[in-house]
Amino acid sequence: MKHLLSAADLTHEDALRILDTAGQMAATQAREIKKLPTLRGRTVVNLFFEDSTRTRISFETAAKRLSADVINFSAKGSSVSKGESLKDTALTLQAMGADAVVIRHQASGAPHTLAASGWTHGAVVNAGDGTHQHPTQALLDAYTLRRHLVGERGSVDASGRDLHGLHVAVVGDVLHSRVARSNVQLLHTLGARVTLVAPPTLVPVGVEAWPCDVSYRLDDVIVDGKPDAIMMLRVQRERMSSTGGGFFPSPLEYSRGYGLDARRMASLPEHAIVLHPGPMNRGLEISADAADSDRAVIVEQVANGVAVRMAVLYLLLAGEQPTTNRSAE
Amino acid sequence: MTTYLLRDVSPLGEARTDILLADGVVAAIGSALEAPQDAVEIDGRGLVALPGLVDLHTHLREPGREDAETIASGTRAAALGGFTAVHAMANTTPTQDTAGVVEQVWHLGRRAGWVDVFPVGAVTVGLGGERLAELGAMAESEARVRVFSDDGKCVHDPVVMRRALEYVKAFDGVIAQHAQEPRLTEGSQMHEGVVSAELGLAGWPAVAEEAIVARDVLLAEHVGSRLHVCHLSTAGSVEIVRWAKSRGIDVTAEVTPHHLILTDELARGYDPLFKVNPPLRTQRDVEAVREGLADGTIDIVATDHAPHPREDKDCEWAAAAFGMTGLETALSVVQETMVDTGRMTWADVARVLSSAPARIGRVDGHGRPLAVGEPANLTLVDPAARRVVRPEAQASKSVNSPFGGRELPGRVVATFLRGRATVLDGAPCDGGSADAR
Repeated sequence: MKHLLSAADLTHEDALRILDTAGQMAATQAREIKKLPTLRGRTVVNLFFEDSTRTRISFETAAKRLSADVINFSAKGSSVSKGESLKDTALTLQAMGADAVVIRHQASGAPHTLAASGWTHGAVVNAGDGTHQHPTQALLDAYTLRRHLVGERGSVDASGRDLHGLHVAVVGDVLHSRVARSNVQLLHTLGARVTLVAPPTLVPVGVEAWPCDVSYRLDDVIVDGKPDAIMMLRVQRERMSSTGGGFFPSPLEYSRGYGLDARRMASLPEHAIVLHPGPMNRGLEISADAADSDRAVIVEQVANGVAVRMAVLYLLLAGEQPTTNRSAE
Repeated sequence: MTTYLLRDVSPLGEARTDILLADGVVAAIGSALEAPQDAVEIDGRGLVALPGLVDLHTHLREPGREDAETIASGTRAAALGGFTAVHAMANTTPTQDTAGVVEQVWHLGRRAGWVDVFPVGAVTVGLGGERLAELGAMAESEARVRVFSDDGKCVHDPVVMRRALEYVKAFDGVIAQHAQEPRLTEGSQMHEGVVSAELGLAGWPAVAEEAIVARDVLLAEHVGSRLHVCHLSTAGSVEIVRWAKSRGIDVTAEVTPHHLILTDELARGYDPLFKVNPPLRTQRDVEAVREGLADGTIDIVATDHAPHPREDKDCEWAAAAFGMTGLETALSVVQETMVDTGRMTWADVARVLSSAPARIGRVDGHGRPLAVGEPANLTLVDPAARRVVRPEAQASKSVNSPFGGRELPGRVVATFLRGRATVLDGAPCDGGSADAR
């Protein structure tokens, strides 16, 4: 594995190796001294063209716990806002000797472009690109699902096991969601069954080629499908306005049809857990009752995110030779 | 002026004969013609002679974007592609929406001398879609504009489209529509379907083209005008045009070389070389446009040659410009997809790349039969040659060809504009433009 660009690129074996490594990383995080020397002397650049404090902090924490040097490059207040291109930014970072570039970009495919271009010799990690992919989010979701639903509850002993037999409902704005795309592919690879639930306007044309089921009725999926986990996607309020695309008539109607509230929580199987990639719109796609219930694992997802990102950086960088500063050659 | 004797060429791929070009016209056709004194003989064995190609849809970028292409560089590329005439699209800066600008383009084309340049006039002022440009003034200018288009943008307002269709009847003009419903394609990046869903790129649905094509053929029927559909790209559009023609509606349609051969699957690598408008469609659409071209539903192949500077393609997909070059590969793509597959003859190629576009554009002296007394506009092609496309080696100022590294059949060996060689042995005759000045 040279880069992590898309959940679709991960084989069953790759995915399990990352999850198992994440389990080992998580175990080290229970120690008093959390820092490992593994990536000492390596440089990880967080290249964020789009605001995302959570994801950036998660990657930064992961890199620092592995003793890597971290450079945060955010588009705001940088030369990018003055019109510098992705290419020039990448060449600059390359000249500074980045071993890995963690990129968040509003354009779908920007990490692919970066990885294929030769502008950087480092490993490229996709930290979310447009409405395309967010593979580390899917990995941390899979890790969280496995911890809770596979083997002994709450233990890390699920190591080596996949998600075979689980049913996961992913609810919300699938059309604009890189989280949904990544999860459909990864959870399928790991043997889970996925049902996407959304109003028809928020399901992409072409979804029929995806390895999942699609439903427009959340209540039917909860009652008939008995999902082991339900993953709520963020829905932007702007999507209802005509300039935002007019995808649904009102936030209230959306909540009635697709929001997770106390009533729907009660209909879920008792063991079912609730996930959300954050940030949440309380009162829109998820009520406070659901978000704060003891079956919600939303805060734990954040912690697992660090372990999973440590695993990804470790697997991409450990054993690789540090990149030389090629501009000096 | 040099006299050329083309020995043993195959006109339209048919029986070998000699063709004599003298004083700007086809002076004689027959076997074993006697060479006049000073005549340059060209060994035409294995070469197909076609009437000089006519492109109804070229972006030459001048005035305004001379960093991407100039009239001189674009028309030189055209000559190398076998063309003797091109229609220069109106989306320049300033827009070709006045007699002054179209005359400037026409003069620059004459000065360059590689091909005849026929400027396309904008339908609306500044391509704004609101107010008709002075179509009559452009028609009566030295440039004699007959084709009007807001290409790059759709004349989406039905009333403006209706008025334009009606108005150009006065001078036998045609409205060439870029069929793209704007609301259905806001922010669109590629064909909407299985691939866009996976790649997370905003979709450009087929219906956004088909809805406009359907509306426009009905408008053309209602007001009895002539409509041309630019770069038709979907199976549904082929069906609509077929239906319209069966009703006797005066509509013509074009397909680009790239829509005859490439599909949306190529977007998977996020390489903006494959970003084009209308977008690359599915294999089913490719099959439908080939079928439509073969059965005459689609009248012509036009390049939509759209050069862009390197920086506009050397970036992330969403930030990249739409468009690809095509003048120097068009004939090869048509050979590969239509001739080598047995769907069309070379006579059909002459129709879709020369006589039909000349007729639609109401261009005199081009797209004529290869017959004695006709203007000596023709091109010689070696259909047995194969070549690997190297965009850097092309004459276009831009390198955004989607065919780089791909092997294509056919090679343009020579091109003649009114008896003067613009291309010989596959190389441009750079001194040749002098006598046009």
